[in-house]
This record gives sequence, C-alpha cells and structure tokens, in this order.
Amino acid sequence: MQIVLALIIGAAFGFVLDRIGATNPTVLIRMLSLRSLGLMKAILLAIGVGSILMFVGQIAGLVDVGHMSVKTAYVGVFVGGLLLGAGWALSGFCPGTGVAAAATGRKDALFFILGGLLGAAAYMITYPSVKATGMLDAIAGGKVTLGTVPGAKYDGLMALPGDVLGIVLGVIFVAVAFAVPDAPRGDAVPTPAE
Amino acid sequence: MTVNWKLGGVALGLVFFLAVLLVKPIGVSTQFVILDGIIADVLNPDLVSKTEEGYSSTNAYLDKSNGKYAKSVMNPLNYSFVFVLAMMAGAFLSAMLRGGNGADENKLPAIHYDNFGDTPLKRYAIAFIGGFIVLYGARLAGGCTSGHMMSGMMQTSLSGYIFAAGAFAAAVPVAMMIYKKG
Repeated sequence: MQIVLALIIGAAFGFVLDRIGATNPTVLIRMLSLRSLGLMKAILLAIGVGSILMFVGQIAGLVDVGHMSVKTAYVGVFVGGLLLGAGWALSGFCPGTGVAAAATGRKDALFFILGGLLGAAAYMITYPSVKATGMLDAIAGGKVTLGTVPGAKYDGLMALPGDVLGIVLGVIFVAVAFAVPDAPRGDAVPTPAE
Repeated sequence: MTVNWKLGGVALGLVFFLAVLLVKPIGVSTQFVILDGIIADVLNPDLVSKTEEGYSSTNAYLDKSNGKYAKSVMNPLNYSFVFVLAMMAGAFLSAMLRGGNGADENKLPAIHYDNFGDTPLKRYAIAFIGGFIVLYGARLAGGCTSGHMMSGMMQTSLSGYIFAAGAFAAAVPVAMMIYKKG
C-alpha cells in the first residue's frame, strides 16, 4: 500500500513541480536573483496551504499527529543551507527539481545529478570528521517545533499551542505570498513560457 | 505551460499536505545517498550487511541511526526511493503534455545563454559543480528544499527556518553576482 502511495504522491509532486516552472533553471535563477518572484509566491502559498490543512486536520482529529517528522536543529543545518543555497543559485537546481528536470529531458540536469551523487558520496566519506567538529550536535532542543503541538513527540520552543500557531503562521505565509511583488527589481520580462 | 502562482501554489500545498496525511513529509536528498549506497554495495558487497538486529554498514554515515540508510540500500523498493522514481515519471508526463522543453532548452537553459552564450560544456560544468555543492550541503543540513524548507516550515519546525535562512542568505547574492542578465 505504501508503494502505491509513493507512486501516486511522487508522480503528483513531479507533475506539479514541472507545472510551476520549478524544473526550469531560468525560472529558479530569476527567482533567486529577485527578478521574477512568481515561483517564490507559489512556494510561500504552498507552505501556507500545507500548514493550514495539516494543523486544522490535526485539531479536527482527521490528521495523525504521528505523521509529523521534525528534523534536528544543529549548526550544520545553517552551514549546509548556505552550501545548498550557493549551489542552487549556481545551477538553478535543487535535489528534487534537478531529478525532475532530468526527467523532462534537460541534459544539464543529468550533470547536476552526477555531481549530486558525488557530493553525497563525499559527505558519506567525510561524515566522521564533520561529526567530530560538533557541528551536528543538537541546538535549541534539537527536534523542536516553534510551538508545542498537542500529541506530538516533539518539544516546543515556546509553550504556545503549536497547532494554533501553525495555522496562524500558515495564514501569514499565504498573506506574504500575496504581498510579495512579482518583480521587485522592476525589470520583469515575463518568465519564458515553455 | 507554466500555471499561475495561485493555482500552482495551492496544488503544491495539497501534495505536501497529502504526503503528511497519508504517509510522511516529502523529502528527496536522502535518496542520493541511497543510490550511492546501492552502487557502492555492488562494487563492494561488504559495504552493507544484514545483521540479527537489522542492518549495518562499514560506512559510518550509512550505519547511523541503527542502520536506517543501510536498510534502504538493501531494500530499494521502499517508499522514499520509489517516491523519487515516481516524481520523475510525473515530471516526464507533465513535460510531454506541454510538448517538452524544446531542443534548445534541453541543450542549455535560456538564462545560461543570455549570460554566457552558446557554451553547453560550461553549462554542464556549472550544473555538475552545483550538484556537488547542493548535495554535500543538503546532507550536512540533513535535508533539502523539500524536506527542510517546505516540509519543515510547514510543520513549524525550527530546523526548517534555520535551513531556509542559510539557503537564501547564500542563494540570493550568488544568483545576483553570477547571472547579471536575463
């Protein structure tokens, strides 16, 4: 059953990534260089919609809180984020969109995947020395959510009810998605449509 | 063709919600490690092995968390790995339905052409180096744009916010410096 869900949700994810332009490095780079923020608006809206649905569902008892999977906070999350951001801006791909882009026929995406496999292998090899730096040690409680989500196995950074906070933040993400300008640098050439 | 941001954002949000509702949050970058492990285990069968308690690996990273990754390497038909294969099928289907990217785009994207001309080898080198940095960073961070940023921030997880802060702090200046045109 899980495999069937992997096929359905995975296919839907790939389909939507392509439809919002996320498989196109031009769209990604135009977003990251703040020329055209349509994709940024879509991402913010998606986080907001996902958050609202999940936490409303939890409160209504329709969504299993046990399905949440919160990752540990550590200094390496920020450092790794910096590296990923630099490579993302350089190539116009992140791991998911790079793989999806290769499937749409983009040759450069194959080189991205090849580099990615080597980068992941380099991490596997250097993992013990990275760990020895202490950069992977949990900070601020490690696996924490901003508020305290009722029934979740994760602690909250704040004592606020985490599900209500999740809905409030979700609404803020939606509002920001609408507020963000399409082209902050004012030189918006419409994103090249395929 | 590309859909407008409102429709696209709602659709993407629904996919992330469905994943959490039915199984677990979406993540992709771990599967680069799993594929590496599968390839490396073919070359060196001693890398990953099944033990009485579960799975273990001679590589410390594959062995961590009680051999969680080692188990996936030995059982590639698991949810997360099949998810990525299905994602490729979905993207392929979407691209076919909109008539594909076109030969020029498939050779190199417009933004590269605008900045560096018709230099496909340069583009492939950039994509390769970018891929290396992205996946090294994603594994150091413990997740990527889907796992940390989208799934993480949607769940109000602190690590998702830390990751997004790092990613955009680097991505915006790098994109502005390298791609002056387009």
